[in-house]
Amino acid sequence: DKLLSEPLSHPDFFNVKELFSLKDLFDARVHLGHKKGCRHRFMEPYIFGCRLDQDIIDLDQTMQHLQLALNFTAHIAYRKGIILFISRKRQFCHLVESTARECGEYAHTRYWQGGLLTNAHIQFGSGVRLPDLLIFLSSLNNVFEPHVAIRDAAKMNIPTVGVVDTNCNPCLITYPIPGNDDSPTAMELYCKLFRMTIIRAKDKRRQDEVFSELR
Amino acid sequence: MAAAVGRVLRLSGRWSAAAPGGPRTQMLRLIYTTTAVQRKNVGASGPEKYTETFIEKQIEEFNLGKRHLANMMGEDPETFTQEDIDRSIAYLFPSGLFDKRARPMMKHPTEIFPEQRKIQWGEDGRPFHFLFYTGKQSYYSLMHETYEKLLNVQKYQDQLTAQDLLPQKEKRNLAGSRWLTKIELEEMLLEKLSDDDYSRFIQLLQKLITLPCGEIEEEYIKKFSKEVPAQLQKVVIEPLKYDERGVAFSTGEGKRKTARATAVVYDNGTGKMTVNGIDVLHYFPVLQDREQLLFPFQFLDRVGKHDTVCTVSGGGRSAQAGAIRLASAKALRSFVTEKEVEFMRQAGLLTADPRVKERKKPGQEGARRKFTWKKR
Repeated sequence: DKLLSEPLSHPDFFNVKELFSLKDLFDARVHLGHKKGCRHRFMEPYIFGCRLDQDIIDLDQTMQHLQLALNFTAHIAYRKGIILFISRKRQFCHLVESTARECGEYAHTRYWQGGLLTNAHIQFGSGVRLPDLLIFLSSLNNVFEPHVAIRDAAKMNIPTVGVVDTNCNPCLITYPIPGNDDSPTAMELYCKLFRMTIIRAKDKRRQDEVFSELR
Repeated sequence: MAAAVGRVLRLSGRWSAAAPGGPRTQMLRLIYTTTAVQRKNVGASGPEKYTETFIEKQIEEFNLGKRHLANMMGEDPETFTQEDIDRSIAYLFPSGLFDKRARPMMKHPTEIFPEQRKIQWGEDGRPFHFLFYTGKQSYYSLMHETYEKLLNVQKYQDQLTAQDLLPQKEKRNLAGSRWLTKIELEEMLLEKLSDDDYSRFIQLLQKLITLPCGEIEEEYIKKFSKEVPAQLQKVVIEPLKYDERGVAFSTGEGKRKTARATAVVYDNGTGKMTVNGIDVLHYFPVLQDREQLLFPFQFLDRVGKHDTVCTVSGGGRSAQAGAIRLASAKALRSFVTEKEVEFMRQAGLLTADPRVKERKKPGQEGARRKFTWKKR
């Protein structure tokens, strides 16, 4: 189908690069990580350096990863996939839920019941449609362990996009975004970026459908 | 529904920034599983869910059936109410079954098919509610809304503090209202709640109400609070009545065990008492009974001031005495100030004695006495 295959031919069909710049990331304090003692071994390639015991994340790599991730979410939203925002941070629970509501997508910022993805047919009903993308705005849960949904998504073959901080494990996430997940400015920036990409992609889809009907 | 044997997966490739040109085709990969693995656990998914279209169809059928039934019974189809339907069904299909729920019934589909079993997603599979994937969508959306109201109140408060217009905190009277109980909240949300969830929600509401500018969200909070009758069924003290001679009197009723008594207490009397037309000394020869009758008057220091005419039936000697005591105490309430009424209540004069004869149980000789226990 031309409608679906055409976006895949361009590297940056939705032009997500213009949504953010290095300066925006720096002002939103995305480069700040946790202390050296909290560092996860697998995050070392993403870390620029360490100042006074605090890790600084390399914003150039963050830019690349962020661009890939936003491009991916835009493609998923263009193909009318279900996107689920996940964050277990209590301070940003409301923000994330409102973002999801404005996009027309779904959010889950509460206690994750064990069988939500893996046991969905029994918990929800027989004809459920599972999310096609999970976006983690904070990849740890309240006990500072990796969120169960990362593992479940990997089990159910659902791609994941996640903001990984210096104490997180980026292994099972398909599109990790090394960055700060603790400051309010950083979270607002991420929410704004995801919201804009999803709305842009959906509008583009609607326009392309109208054009193809006219032809 | 997916086929029993195969499951189709979409293999999504990674779109990287430096990808080579050329259209990327979607690859479909079939994963085969055996039927043994796919054994369905029929009972595990819970009760069956209903779609919107199904319920609409049921409603149409119900309305058609209602009109047919009205025609059959010879009544007007336009003004055929639910009671008429029940009556006609009971007439046409008489059933001797005891359980009302087992008898044939014809009700509107919304009563038969409960709300929560409707399917929550549309034709394309996308759920309607944005918190659907949490599991408890109505509860969490409620928490979300309440938290939003809290944030609004805090913002408003900050605005007022910036302009130095913050009003002083006034004590709000919370005695007349209570929060909804867990069961009522469950009914409102059509979802099961846990005790923890319920307590969290109530804590949020309390936090909202204790903030100084909580008045803005009063309407929202009122949805979750209920009025409590202020006094626990305040007993109305009847006013004094006046008979032909102009003497004030009042009536009281009392009971004890199986005895029922009514007492009429007249003012400006000499302390005479008549029971069933017989003088008290002859009716109650025992001193103990007469002391019981005297007690209310003695308590209020009105021993020789009132005349009493009583009627009593049932019970024994002591029970009748207790019944008349209660009846005369109740009658005396009208003659006396509220404070003294409170004193009487605390003395136990106005409370009916709840002790009755306990029933005999099978396997025992009496209510408590067991049969003689023989060791061998």
